[in-house]
Amino acid sequence: MSHESGWETVIGLEIHAQLATRSKIFSGAATAYGAPPNAQASLIDLGFPGVLPVLNREAVRMAVRFGLAIGARIARQSVFARKNYFYPDLPKGYQISQYELPIVAQGALDVVLDDGSGKRVGITRAHLEEDAGKSLHEGLGAFTGVDLNRAGTPLIEIVSEPDMRSAKEAVAYMKKVHTLVRYLEICDGNMQEGSFRCDANVSVRPKGSDKLGTRAEIKNINSFRYVEKAIQYEVARQIELIESGGKVVQETRLYDPDKGETRSMRTKEEANDYRYFPDPDLLPVALDEAFIEEVRTGLPELPDQKAARFSKDYGLSAYDAGVLTASRELADFYEDVRRAVPLQRGETGATLDVSTSKLTANVVMGDLAAALNRENLDILTVREDRMPPTRLAGLIFRTADQTISGKIAKEVFEAMWAGGESADVIIESKGLRQITDTGAIERAIEEVMAKNPGQLADYRAGKDKLFGFFVGQVMKATQGKANPAQLNELLKKKLPG
Amino acid sequence: MVHRNSLTELAAGLRARTFSSVELVRAYLQRIEAAQPALNAFISITAEQALAAAAAADRELAAGRGGPLAGVPIAHKDLFCTAGVRTTCGSRMLDNFVSPYDATVVAKLKAAGAINLGKLNMDEFAMGSSNETSWFGPVRNPWNTDFVPGGSSGGSAAAVAARLVPGATATDTGGSIRQPAALCGITGIKPTYGRVSRYGMIAFASSLDQGGVLTTSAADAALMLREMAGFDPNDSTSVDAPVPDYVAELDAPLAGVRIGLIKEFVDEGLDRENELRIRDAVKVLERLGASLREVSLPNLPRSVPVYYVVAPAECSSNLARYDGVRFGHRCKEPRDLQDLYRRSRGEGFGAEVKRRIMTGTYVLSAGYYDAYYLKAQRVRQLIAADFKRAFGEVDVLVGPTSPTAAFRLGAKTADPITMYLNDIYTIGANLAGLPALSVPCGFVGGLPVGLQVVGPHFAEGRILNVAHHYQLETDWHRQSPERFA
Repeated sequence: MSHESGWETVIGLEIHAQLATRSKIFSGAATAYGAPPNAQASLIDLGFPGVLPVLNREAVRMAVRFGLAIGARIARQSVFARKNYFYPDLPKGYQISQYELPIVAQGALDVVLDDGSGKRVGITRAHLEEDAGKSLHEGLGAFTGVDLNRAGTPLIEIVSEPDMRSAKEAVAYMKKVHTLVRYLEICDGNMQEGSFRCDANVSVRPKGSDKLGTRAEIKNINSFRYVEKAIQYEVARQIELIESGGKVVQETRLYDPDKGETRSMRTKEEANDYRYFPDPDLLPVALDEAFIEEVRTGLPELPDQKAARFSKDYGLSAYDAGVLTASRELADFYEDVRRAVPLQRGETGATLDVSTSKLTANVVMGDLAAALNRENLDILTVREDRMPPTRLAGLIFRTADQTISGKIAKEVFEAMWAGGESADVIIESKGLRQITDTGAIERAIEEVMAKNPGQLADYRAGKDKLFGFFVGQVMKATQGKANPAQLNELLKKKLPG
Repeated sequence: MVHRNSLTELAAGLRARTFSSVELVRAYLQRIEAAQPALNAFISITAEQALAAAAAADRELAAGRGGPLAGVPIAHKDLFCTAGVRTTCGSRMLDNFVSPYDATVVAKLKAAGAINLGKLNMDEFAMGSSNETSWFGPVRNPWNTDFVPGGSSGGSAAAVAARLVPGATATDTGGSIRQPAALCGITGIKPTYGRVSRYGMIAFASSLDQGGVLTTSAADAALMLREMAGFDPNDSTSVDAPVPDYVAELDAPLAGVRIGLIKEFVDEGLDRENELRIRDAVKVLERLGASLREVSLPNLPRSVPVYYVVAPAECSSNLARYDGVRFGHRCKEPRDLQDLYRRSRGEGFGAEVKRRIMTGTYVLSAGYYDAYYLKAQRVRQLIAADFKRAFGEVDVLVGPTSPTAAFRLGAKTADPITMYLNDIYTIGANLAGLPALSVPCGFVGGLPVGLQVVGPHFAEGRILNVAHHYQLETDWHRQSPERFA
């Protein structure tokens, strides 16, 4: 994208996270996903004549949890407002949201980018609102179906400052918010089911300009990959438009993942006048200090705190600590494995050395992550049966105590993953125990030297590169089981003659 | 002749088994049927359900059980949702709407033992002051059927005035209980905002709507309101405070009670004859030991413009749910979504409702919000502050309920502003959320007029007490239209 060099991209995100309450924000109906259409819509969700909303306190608590986690100001008084517009999946003809006085304002999140640099993204506000229902167009001929199960599901809309300067930054920020809401247990983060989705406001301006360009809002993107692609497409489109003498118009656009492009949905002129006004059916939400303190006390260790602790206590790099703490489940799994390693020795409470912490990190982030990825599984499911932390600890213990080499460990991991047996059983049954007997290694070296007199002569004549050839041959002869360090040492002694 | 009894007397007679609930309900149903062609007070008459409920009430009473209103017939304004019974709100839009649930008020009165005889006519969506905007035709005043009964609770008021029921539920957003009470010569109370649950009461303007009762006396109103009022977890704006026994508070002495006559209400604009009735009524209260002074509420004359910004704004949003998608009127063969919305709403709503939806949409629009809605809310605060200041000096405020007695059908329909000015004396209490009632205080040109009594928040007991003493001294409330004697 070299043609972008003269331009700066400006991105702000509005993230909608469904709150994981059992019932809806203003009614007692269940929020579970996947029920038959309209089975979870009460008279209140259907907007029947005479019904009234009653605020779900749990949704308020969750919004406050989020606000405290991003260091924001929690409004002692926030106000619900009506956003008025007609649509079949909006039963009352208005959405209850917050407008002038949101519950959370002025927070920030620190994001680590791929190159290891950090970035602070400001969060203007986060407000509570109800989700709309869904309009279904497929399989109904000329009709549109309306499913109101989702209507009234609590959301927090998290509005960032226009602080991001690339699609990658936007994705890193969105992932950070995703991690955070899951840590806080306020959102299940399921993007396929629409529990976590975002609108991206994108504009470009000449580098060095401090005036914002005209923005386009890309609506309802529900995957990290699409966010990145949609923004990249939109940035290129806007630059091309301006460079060819055109003008960006303020409008709402939709991203089409099949075509990989955004297209116009409605322009500013066609936009609704939402006629916001305070909802007279609901009192202002008043929060006292005691409640806020109680929520603060109940906060879990947050991702940044956990990553810092992993670096400090386990000697992990910032990158490794970041990867391991990206989800609370993965971090817990890592710590459970790490804690279980000394138990394999029959020791309790032993402090592990840094090398074992790193070894554990490598296996969890390497072999295990690859296997999960390959089979599209999550850590919570496999930790129950396929790979409990204690079992994986057995493998790490055998690597750490040199029973097997790192290379053999990969083979053992795959066997454990496939068959569910312990590392020790696999090592014994397959005879994978590392050869550490000096005599045995020496005998193997001698056999290899005898079989390859030509190479030996060349090596002795100064062809140092052939050292690797001999390592390989001995490893082959021992089926990879020779202790690599010992092998190196003995070869250095024996080859020169 | 049971209909000559007050609601309180009927409840006592049922308990003493002087008559049965079935007898009572039959007698009232006959009166309703007979009066319906002349008055058009009812939209639905639920004779069958009422008789079944009455039989059940009689069994309870025979066993020495039953609530304070066991077996007493009443009727509901047709904006209280009643499970299994059509609830129209006086609109074509809800002509076919059968509510799947009971409003809290309906459930509470049912639990107290009251028997619902049917659903009462009203201005469409409670928007009107003459009951002429109903899709089901106008209600007529029992004192003279060429005249309007007032609105929006015109059906409730006419039914009680003609003794078709001893008591009825009603709602008051800008005077819709008190003004028809005055024009029909009966007693009506609008409680403090939040005192009676709004759950199941179809909304017109949520920050102003309040359910209340229409009866023939303050004592009956006290009894019925006591059973209706109270906190409801389904209504976030209902107030979580215990309900006093209004009946027990009726007899508290009036000596020393400070009464303020609202100066702005007896200035120009008030019919001279009407003013004399008010001044006579005040003299009665003074004779009973109350002290009188004149009190000024300088911002009160701005009530009407404030109300006609706030109420339409809320109504424009509240009525958005009537879109032809899930319930209510749906146009035939819609071409597309816009057509469905436009025709369903265009056909379903009457002219006055449309006028208010348009006004409300306008005042909330970008660029107009501050000048209209926000400014109206500020003046609303000033009006509330005027009342607060006044209640520092006096215990209750009095004045006329309506500028004139009832007017002829059609007299004001051509000019909405003249119609809106009917509520000039009643709107203030809604804007400030205060309890207020109207009691009959005489006649002007053969038609009744009312005295309004306004109290501080939650002083329902006090204003009923003042009204009750007044009714012990006068018999205006005992007079009923001859035609329905």
